[in-house]
Amino acid sequence: MLSTAIIVFREVLEAALIVGIVLAASEGLARRGWWIGSGIAAGLGGALVVALFAGAIAAAVSGMGQELFNASILIIAVIMLGWHNVWMGRHGRELAKEMNAVGRDVVAGNRPMYMLVAVVGLAVLREGSEVVLFLYGIAAAQQEQAGLMFTGGMLGLVLGAGMGLLLYLGMLRIPSKYLFSATSWLITLLAAGMASQAAGFLAQADMLPTLAPALWDTSALLPQKSLLGKLLQTLVGYTDRPMGIQVLFYVVTLGGIAVLMRAYGGVTASKPATAVAAEI
Amino acid sequence: MRMICIYILDMDNGAYRKFWELENTVHHCRTAQPETLLNKSAFARTAILGLSLLGVSAWLIFGLMPVSVAADILVYSMTTKDGHFTPDTIEVPAGQKFKLVMKNDGASTEEFESSDLHREKVVMPGKSVEILLGPLKAGTYGFYGEFHPDTAKGKLVAK
Repeated sequence: MLSTAIIVFREVLEAALIVGIVLAASEGLARRGWWIGSGIAAGLGGALVVALFAGAIAAAVSGMGQELFNASILIIAVIMLGWHNVWMGRHGRELAKEMNAVGRDVVAGNRPMYMLVAVVGLAVLREGSEVVLFLYGIAAAQQEQAGLMFTGGMLGLVLGAGMGLLLYLGMLRIPSKYLFSATSWLITLLAAGMASQAAGFLAQADMLPTLAPALWDTSALLPQKSLLGKLLQTLVGYTDRPMGIQVLFYVVTLGGIAVLMRAYGGVTASKPATAVAAEI
Repeated sequence: MRMICIYILDMDNGAYRKFWELENTVHHCRTAQPETLLNKSAFARTAILGLSLLGVSAWLIFGLMPVSVAADILVYSMTTKDGHFTPDTIEVPAGQKFKLVMKNDGASTEEFESSDLHREKVVMPGKSVEILLGPLKAGTYGFYGEFHPDTAKGKLVAK
């Protein structure tokens, strides 16, 4: 039972942490519970469908369907996270000026929420389908112990969700004037980590060169499979033996989002009313 | 040298124009976005950006696909059954690409996972998956079954 709990816990941890970050990023928005709840529900539904077609997905693209599927989901999530950050960077200040509650809901709520809801849904879908396959396998293999195993699975699920909740509550302790930039940074790091994971999957499928099998090896210091390693993997993209291509994707995504936030984000910030001369 | 930047509101299109002045010569440097078009153009630009990123990833996924279809590649087989790999050690050539076919003869799902090899792949009961590997440096590479971490352990020895 305990081993089942641990396996499920590891699988749901990433999705739970992402939900925690999204909760913090959407703090104060109207109806966000409904939004995020529907993202999770859609992800769970999707996970069942993916588990149902897992055989077909695995066999697709000359046996590399699983890798491509994972990479595609991660890349879409990276684009959405980046988009959300750029959009929020651009409209965050307008938002602060907009005191009208309805206007604020429209400006702040809808568009980035779609992105974040989709990211939550995709994360739940990706991790959830593996949990479904795992639990299904248990049910098929060990009928007499299935009940106990499912209890373990649920325990793992609750523990994983608890970690997400802890992250959310922790982020809420950040003073609200820093919360926005804190969540922006976390989302950027999350996206960079996902891009690096996606590169890993594409290299697994031999669709990208690895560039270098392992740029460094910190597996003795902090194994990726340990709890802390797994936490850091999700939050900042930690990998104990990263391929060259993973580091490249990480850096390009991190830099790309930062540059886009700068280029598209701060334009409205300090525009003079009529004419202002500034000395450089 | 003194450089002065001046913003002037262009009444025709509502745009701020920015000039920089260098030793009494005024050069036009850039036009800022018209305030009124801000939201739409930002949306359009991000949409274009998103689409081009999608395009790039689609190109990566589909454009590079033929590369992975190698004609003659060494194939090794292994079975997994409810938490055990048979055989649990396979000797493979170093410096060469090869394929590991993992068949699941058991009733429970397994996930082939290896930090040494950078691989993770779910194997459903009654199915088999192909894992592309190499070229590996000579050495021992451990792997395990994520869904049976206590018993499912194996290794590849590259020589």
